[in-house]
Amino acid sequence: MALESLEEIKLRAEAAVPGAQIRVIPNPSPANQPSLLLDNERASAVATFLRDDPILRLDYCSNVTGVDWLDRKVKKTIKVKKVIDGEEKEVDETKEELVPGYLEAVYHLFSITHKHGPVVIRMRTANRARGTRLPSLTPIYRSAEFQEREIFDLYGVHFESHPDLRRILMWDEFVDHPMRKDYREPDDYEYEPTPHDDVLEKAKQHYTARPELDGAESIRPQAG
Amino acid sequence: MNEQVLEPIERPPTTMSSRLEGELMEVSMGPQHPSTHGVFRMNVALNGEIVVKLKPVFGYLHRNHEKIGENTSYLGSMPYTDRLDYFCSMTNNWAYALSVEKLAGIEVPERAEYLRVILAELTRLQNHTSLLGFLLNDMGAWGTPLMYAFREREKVLDLFESLSGSRMMCDYMRFGGCRVDAGTDWIERAKKVVDAFPRFLDEFENLVVSNEILIARTQEVGKLSADLAINAGITGPMLRACGVNYDIRKVDGYGIYPRFKFRVPLGEHGDTYDRLMMRVLEMRESIGILQQAFKQIPGGPVMNPKVKIRAFRPPLGEAYGRIEGPKGELGFYLISDGSGNPYRYRVRPPSFVNLTILEDLCLGHTVADVMVILGSVDIVMGEVDR
Repeated sequence: MALESLEEIKLRAEAAVPGAQIRVIPNPSPANQPSLLLDNERASAVATFLRDDPILRLDYCSNVTGVDWLDRKVKKTIKVKKVIDGEEKEVDETKEELVPGYLEAVYHLFSITHKHGPVVIRMRTANRARGTRLPSLTPIYRSAEFQEREIFDLYGVHFESHPDLRRILMWDEFVDHPMRKDYREPDDYEYEPTPHDDVLEKAKQHYTARPELDGAESIRPQAG
Repeated sequence: MNEQVLEPIERPPTTMSSRLEGELMEVSMGPQHPSTHGVFRMNVALNGEIVVKLKPVFGYLHRNHEKIGENTSYLGSMPYTDRLDYFCSMTNNWAYALSVEKLAGIEVPERAEYLRVILAELTRLQNHTSLLGFLLNDMGAWGTPLMYAFREREKVLDLFESLSGSRMMCDYMRFGGCRVDAGTDWIERAKKVVDAFPRFLDEFENLVVSNEILIARTQEVGKLSADLAINAGITGPMLRACGVNYDIRKVDGYGIYPRFKFRVPLGEHGDTYDRLMMRVLEMRESIGILQQAFKQIPGGPVMNPKVKIRAFRPPLGEAYGRIEGPKGELGFYLISDGSGNPYRYRVRPPSFVNLTILEDLCLGHTVADVMVILGSVDIVMGEVDR
């Protein structure tokens, strides 16, 4: 069963979900897999429509993943009128424009009923700040449960109304989000603050050096 | 020995109320457990012996495969995909090669397509064989079935070794074809292995599949409904055991699969027994595909000469390619920014997503059944943790 074009899906989804704003994102690669960019407010409603619509029936959400897009500078050439030597001329002027970065969640939907797909939908966060938010599609597609947790873990996107949003691959005490493009590795992965650190600090304050022990107990750093 | 006859001690009759009433015991199964198939942990809350809550915990093998993929060239990730699901390196190679070919619009020579199908089906044979061995091992059939299974698996691995140089980390496929050609003697040897395989399957089925204990341990255990399976993104033999006809070899028809005649086995109950039988039946179909491929395989080059795999720069854009791996849908999602490294390199591992419903399957069953259910899900931690 042939899948209708993304433009048609967009129009029908916008008609079915009032207020939804959907953009078609082109894909220049030979794979020819363009995607739909959903607005975050109506994303769950649109996804429910995509799942339950009898023509589409995109009941199977295969792949859920995050993408990090950094701030980037886009060069734009604008024609500006300038007065040169008393004469008015049109001159090309290049301006650098800063496009703020964002995090993206990409969902690949297929239909098991009609055996078509993929329809790619994506959502974008407002910025790359810590704790930036997106609506969770786990209530609609259970398969997103672990994969959204993975995005939370590795990218730091908080999915609202996710039933169990915890770290999944990194350990719970880990602080950073390693899949971000500007991630810096810690010096020591294994380092964890332990009660011993405090105790040792205290011991250093109270300790007096005893040279007769031949340095066996010297915790204090050597002077000099 | 002191031969004192012990008088039976009088105990109050055991009733439900005299047991630990309403008190749950929390058990951490794994990560060092022989039946968790790697370093996998389950936090289980038990009421007596009944599972009331189960939370899978993983990440012990996490090495951020995707980040490494972003920092390596397209070719450099190819040997690294072997380490995802280390049982099926050939299908991992194929899924990655297929995605890159989609991304850059590369065509593959005919002979390479046939070799890929042959190797993928051989991989499916050895994966399912060893899975059956492991599953029976988990069930208490210690050693013997596993040794039988590994004896057959070894023959397939010998074939891989003589073709690619390595038994498990094959690194055989490239985008645009395969690394080296298979000689006629290799094809002859592979034919012999495949022709002998049904005999092993008959033997194995006689030995275990109709075994009374196996049936008692697996039937009606860990039932999965078709609706939940679809919604939770379950793929592969697990999905088909619920009676859902979805095989990517048929649906997408990638490679040259539309040329082969094969049936898609379907289960009915979605329980552990169906999942187990699905593997046995799939192996029979794989043997059919292999025999057709051996007959049809043409001569010719195995590599597209136009592809410069070393200085490879695909055009701008993104692509998602997927294949029917032995464990389910294995997909690769790539975003290219026009440079030599992918901007985003994502693996959609089947066993990671298949673990989503582990809790639903295990609730209400005993601890001993958890191991059996987990064995039938068929996970490999190299792929789950990445």
